[in-house]
Amino acid sequence: MSIAVPQTLNKALEPFLIIVGSLTVSMVLFGVFVASAGADPFEVYQTMYRAAFGTSFSWQNTLIRAAPLMLTALCTALPGYLSLIIIGGEGAVVMGGLFAALAALTIPAAPPMVVLITMALVGMAAGGLWLTIGGALRHYRAVNETISSLLLNYIAIALLNHLVTSTFRDPESLNHPSTHHIGEANMIGLIPGTDLHWGLVFGVVACVIAWFLMHHTVFGFASQIAGGNVRAAQIAGLPVGRLILIVCFVAGAAGGLAGMVEVAAIHGRANDTLNANYGYAGILVAFVARNNPLAIIPVAVLLGGIRASSGLLQRAHELPDATVLVMQGIIFLVILFSETLYGRFSRLQKQGAS
Amino acid sequence: MEVGWWGVLIAVLGGAIRIGTPFLFVSLGECLTEKSGRINLGLEGTLVMGAMTGYAVSLHSGSPWLGVLCAGLAGMVLGALHSWLCGFQRVNDIAVGIAMMLFGTGLAFFLGKPYIQPSAPRLPSIDLGAWSEIPQLKAALQINALFLVGIVVAIALAWMLKNTAWGLKVRVVGESADAARALGLPVDRIRILSTAQGGFLAGIGGSYLSLYYPFNWSEGLSSGQGLMAVALVIFARWQPMGCLWVSLLWGGAAALGPSLQSVGITGGYYIFNAIPYIMTLAVMIITCSPRRTLVGVPHELTVTR
Repeated sequence: MSIAVPQTLNKALEPFLIIVGSLTVSMVLFGVFVASAGADPFEVYQTMYRAAFGTSFSWQNTLIRAAPLMLTALCTALPGYLSLIIIGGEGAVVMGGLFAALAALTIPAAPPMVVLITMALVGMAAGGLWLTIGGALRHYRAVNETISSLLLNYIAIALLNHLVTSTFRDPESLNHPSTHHIGEANMIGLIPGTDLHWGLVFGVVACVIAWFLMHHTVFGFASQIAGGNVRAAQIAGLPVGRLILIVCFVAGAAGGLAGMVEVAAIHGRANDTLNANYGYAGILVAFVARNNPLAIIPVAVLLGGIRASSGLLQRAHELPDATVLVMQGIIFLVILFSETLYGRFSRLQKQGAS
Repeated sequence: MEVGWWGVLIAVLGGAIRIGTPFLFVSLGECLTEKSGRINLGLEGTLVMGAMTGYAVSLHSGSPWLGVLCAGLAGMVLGALHSWLCGFQRVNDIAVGIAMMLFGTGLAFFLGKPYIQPSAPRLPSIDLGAWSEIPQLKAALQINALFLVGIVVAIALAWMLKNTAWGLKVRVVGESADAARALGLPVDRIRILSTAQGGFLAGIGGSYLSLYYPFNWSEGLSSGQGLMAVALVIFARWQPMGCLWVSLLWGGAAALGPSLQSVGITGGYYIFNAIPYIMTLAVMIITCSPRRTLVGVPHELTVTR
C-alpha cells in the first residue's frame, strides 16, 4: 500500500522533511547542552522564542539582524550556481561601506536623495568589483576562488583600517577611528510605521531579483549550465568567463549594498564596525539555503532571531551571550551533515514516481 | 638613539618568534590535515578552544604544561569531529569548517566566561639572551619552549611524511582516494586521524596565545590566526619546514609595524599587517596557471579542484 505523492510535491517534500528533521535534532542536542549547563531547556526555548518572535518589538529586532545576512548570503549563493565557492562577503561589505561613505563625503552639498543613490551605486560597484577579483583570478589564472576571496577579506579590512586611521580620519573620532559623519540629513530613514530601516526591503528585494535572475532568465540558465559542466558550456558556445565575472559582480554588489546600509542606516560613518562578521554568517545562510535565493530569506530570519535572543537569554537564565553562538554552531553542523541524507529515502522517491 | 635601526631589526626578529609560534602550530596542523586531502577552515575555532582550555586547566591545576596538553586534546576532539562529519557523502568540508569555527569559538566563549578575570600560571620562557648587554636583544631572545617544540615538530613531521609508512599512507590518501582504496587503505580513518592530530597542534597553538603571549584569556584573543593557517600552508607549499619559515616571516611582518613606530615611522600599521595576505595572493597568482595546478598540492584537496 503506497501513498501516491506527485513528483513535484515529493521534490519539495524531501528538503522540507530533512530540514525540519535536522532542526529537531539540533534542538535536542542544544537542549542537552543547556541542561548540562544547569538551565531548563524548555524554558530556554520559550525565552528564545519570546525574544526572537514573541512581540512586534522582538520581530523588529530579529529582522534588523536578518537584513544584512540576506545580502551577504547572496555573495556566496550566486557564485554557487557556477560551482564557485566564494567566501568573500566580508570583504564586499567592508569595501561597499567604505566607498559608500567616501562617496557621500565627496558631495556634501547634494540633496539627500542624490547622496543616498550615489552611495548605493558606489557601494555596490565597490563590493561587486572586489568580489569579481576572485572570480576573474579563478577564470584567467586558475587561482582557487575560495582561498583568494578569503585573502581579499583580510586585505579589504586592512585597507579600511588604514584609510580610516590616516587619510580619511575624522580628527574628532579619538577612541574609535572613523571617517567623517555623512550628515544626519543623508541617513536612510525608517520604513513608515516601524522601527525598521530600509535595509530589510533591500535584502528581500535583492533575494527575489536574484532568484528571478537565476531561475527565470536565459542568463541564469546559462550560468547553471556553466556551473554544471564548464566544457559542455564552452562547447555550447557560452561565454563562461563573462558569466563568471557578471555573476560575481552581482553577488558582490549585494554585499556592497549591505555595507552601504550599515553606513547609511546605522553608523553614519565608515569604521571597523563594518567588519562585523556578517560576511561569514552569510556563507552559512547560503549553504543552509542550498544557494536558493528565496530560501535565503527564511534562513536569514531564523539566524537573525537566534542572534536577537542573546540578550534576553543572558538576563533570564544567566547564560553567557555565547550561548547563541553554540546553538548556531550546532544547527549549522547538523544541517550541513543532513546534506548526506538527500536521495537516501529511496522508498519515498519510488512511491513518488509511481 | 643607541640602537635605532638595529632596534627595529631585533624587534622584528623577536616578534617573528613571539608572534610566529602560534602560526607555526596551526599551520603544521593544517599542513598535516591537508596532506590527507581534507581542508579544515575550522582551525580558528580549534585555536580559541585550545586557548580557553589551556588557560582554564593551567589555572585549576597550577601547571601550564598540563594546560598545553589539555588544549591539544580539546583541539583533537574538534578536529576528529570535523573530519568525521566530512567523511559523509556530499558534506562540504569548507562549509563544515566555517560551522566548526562558529561552534568552537562559541563553545570556548561559553565555557570560558569565568576565566576572563583570574590570572593563570604562565608558561616559562628560556633566556637565550642572558649574555647580552642590550635590553632589546635580551627581550627578543626570551624564547618560549613551545617555539623549540614547534621546530622539533616541524622537522619530525617533514621526516615522517617523507620516510615512514604512516606518512606515505597519509600522502596516498591525499593524492588519490581511489588509489588508496585500491590499496586497501581505510581512507576515512586515516583522514580522521590526520585531522585530529592537526587539531591537536592547533589547540597547542591556542594555548600559546593564552599562556604565553599575549597571556590572557578574553574573547578577542585570537586575531584570525586559525583562518590564516590555510593561506599560510599554501604559501609554504604544503611543506612542514616551509611552514616554519613562513610562520617566522608572518610573525616578523606583524612585528614590523609596531617596531617601526620606535624609530618614528607610525603610518601604514595596518598595511604592514596585510603584507602576508598580499604576498600569499601574489604567490598564488604567479604560480597558478589554467594549464597546471600548484606544485606540491595534494590532489584530493577540494580547494584545488
